[in-house]
Amino acid sequence: MSMDKAETQALISEVLEVYPDKAKKDRLKHLTANDTEQAGKKCVTANRKSLPGVMTARGCAYAGSKGVVWGPIKDMVHISHGPVGCGQYSRAGRRNYYTGMTGVNSFGTMNFTSDFQERDIVFGGDKKLSAIVDEIETLFPLNKGISIQSECPVGLIGDDIEAVAKGKGAEIGKTIVPVRCEGFRGVSQSLGHHIANDTLRDYVLDKSEDKEIETTPYDVAIIGDYNIGGDAWSSRILLEEIGLRVVAQWSGDGTIAELENGPKVKLNLIHCYRSMNYISRHMEEKYGVPWMEYNLFGPTKCEESLRKIAAFFDETIQAKAEEVIAKYRQQWEPIVAKYKPLLEGKKVMLYVGGLRPRHVIGAYEDLGMEIVGTGYEFAHNDDYTKTIPEVKDATLIYDDVTGYELEKFAEKLKPDLIGAGVKEKYIFQKMGVPFRQMHSWDYSGPYHGFDGFAIFARDMDMTLNNPCWDKLTAPWKKSEEAELAEAV
Amino acid sequence: MAIRQCAIYGKGGIGKSTTTQNLVAALAEAGQKVMIIGCDPKADSTRLILHAKAQNTIMEMAAEAGSVEDLELDDVLKVGYGGVRCVESGGPEPGVGCAGRGVITAINFLEEEGAYEEDLDFVFYDVLGDVVCGGFAMPIRENKAQEIYIVVSGEMMAMYAANNISKGICKYASSGGVRLAGLICNSRKCDREDELIEALAGKIGTQMIHFVPRDNVVQQAEIRRMTVIEYNPKCNQADEYRALAQKVMANELFVVPEPCTMDELEDLLMEFGIMEVEDESIIGKTADEAVA
Repeated sequence: MSMDKAETQALISEVLEVYPDKAKKDRLKHLTANDTEQAGKKCVTANRKSLPGVMTARGCAYAGSKGVVWGPIKDMVHISHGPVGCGQYSRAGRRNYYTGMTGVNSFGTMNFTSDFQERDIVFGGDKKLSAIVDEIETLFPLNKGISIQSECPVGLIGDDIEAVAKGKGAEIGKTIVPVRCEGFRGVSQSLGHHIANDTLRDYVLDKSEDKEIETTPYDVAIIGDYNIGGDAWSSRILLEEIGLRVVAQWSGDGTIAELENGPKVKLNLIHCYRSMNYISRHMEEKYGVPWMEYNLFGPTKCEESLRKIAAFFDETIQAKAEEVIAKYRQQWEPIVAKYKPLLEGKKVMLYVGGLRPRHVIGAYEDLGMEIVGTGYEFAHNDDYTKTIPEVKDATLIYDDVTGYELEKFAEKLKPDLIGAGVKEKYIFQKMGVPFRQMHSWDYSGPYHGFDGFAIFARDMDMTLNNPCWDKLTAPWKKSEEAELAEAV
Repeated sequence: MAIRQCAIYGKGGIGKSTTTQNLVAALAEAGQKVMIIGCDPKADSTRLILHAKAQNTIMEMAAEAGSVEDLELDDVLKVGYGGVRCVESGGPEPGVGCAGRGVITAINFLEEEGAYEEDLDFVFYDVLGDVVCGGFAMPIRENKAQEIYIVVSGEMMAMYAANNISKGICKYASSGGVRLAGLICNSRKCDREDELIEALAGKIGTQMIHFVPRDNVVQQAEIRRMTVIEYNPKCNQADEYRALAQKVMANELFVVPEPCTMDELEDLLMEFGIMEVEDESIIGKTADEAVA
């Protein structure tokens, strides 16, 4: 019972009806019915300031830099520079898995903060920052570098973190990266990604150009995979199986040494385009390293991507890719055979971050499920351009959707499953809609690769077909309802 | 009687701190109980009263102790000439941190510690020259200073500054009880300076509360870290400050200012010959071009 474009547009108008005129006009630009004929053209307005008064699920520039891009680099210490809350409430929440001994040579799940007090605001935090660098060197001597992630007050009082980074970096002989990712900058976490990419360029790549590594013709880097629940690992094994050498993971389970290897690879494989296209483009322009987007959600996309990647290399790789594809077919076909009958025809609404609103579609479709609505928190127009061909005509597309709109859309579209973030999770569960947290895989994962698909399929089934959804109405109310229904 | 809280504003270098301390000394001499709160990171608002180089400031001591919660009022409040109570907010050295936040923190601390609950007649806030951010407007927010005195001279930039400060007062006057109480002319011996400031006061809708002549005894006293009232109570200048003190005590003209437009202000300056009548033909021309 999919809707046609006119019906989708009518739904949008109906939901926006309650807004004041100005808000209605603004929000209308962010919502549309998909039109595959418009492929390559602008479909919705994106990357604009959220409206005051609505609930938005967006994060801030600090979240984009510390939480997404820099945070997963495991052998560096990332200082949340400012009051304690930003670092503490985001600590370890993103499930960027890594190997190593936490507190010895890896620091991913720890919270380092300058814990600003009133006096640091008044007198500035630079001296404290210097002292923190010294403390880190004393307590965690195996750290390979430090990043300074600015919280809002640092920008307000104009602390010179660049000078501290330069001075202390020379003193300890390690990379110290000052990042101006104050939360009030930009309209969402997206600017934080960009700022973080720029600092990767200026403080890591530019300063390690003389570094020599042994290379092979098959060197690649995984870019924009943050190893959530082990995603980068389940991707990496596939790339290695087809004969490629993964010399860097940016930045899930990554190290600063791997970042420095970046410009030496033959091909950059970019998973999250939104958060790391900037550095990929830079490596292309400056070092001539081409980049390619790929998608390892679900067997169809996995096979497609492995062939696309192999096509960039020689026949040996291409032949191996076919072998790998054939091998994993044995693994995934039984999974589809098992779960497809349980999930076929079920409708899914998505609302996620950087790439998943389009990348996970294939995985759902492999299980016979249908996407009835999708959208991004902080996408730019190019993300929507990439999304248009991935969904059917008339599918509802929403940008920076508000809490109210998403609830209303869900009421009308009656999806069997919603995949969004933790801010949406409990609302929809209370509404009785099966829900998966698609930012951190709801404490599960990995979902990438053929291995990940098995977990994905299991998770979707156990959520959607969970017997609890039947129990939301009390038995006596159920019988009343049934009687009423009979009476009618 | 309620405490009268007054804030002194004016262009940087105009003599706010000197005028404030001499005025306060004269008030104290007349039996008034006064507190001075210095709201400037330079912390030079109380040196003439305390005979000190610079008083320990609230923010410095808070930084040493950990936070303002670790301080007691007695740690930061010093009593000087004539029983005048002195505190300095303090703040960072130039170029770092946030001095405005320092003022806010310091004033909140004084309120919480009950510094205003004493048997006081006057509180004077001596505020950094330019109201560059919200912190420096703290003294004129709700329940703080109700009277504002602007120190001014017959120099063009001082008058511009006075007019701008009036604009700032308008913003707070519309939402609260703060009022402009007058201009204090701290003479720079310009021609017809008293008339000029009278005229400016008239345009803004206030008064020139007193004309303080220029006198070297002020500098002589300052070298000794003293007010004129204390250093040489018999000199004429001491009487001038006493006169100012009497006028402040008797003052009842508190207004919402009506700041001038730039044109009005320039007309006034031209009228008094401070600015020449504008010659449009010279605007934007370099020296060389003017010769040619």
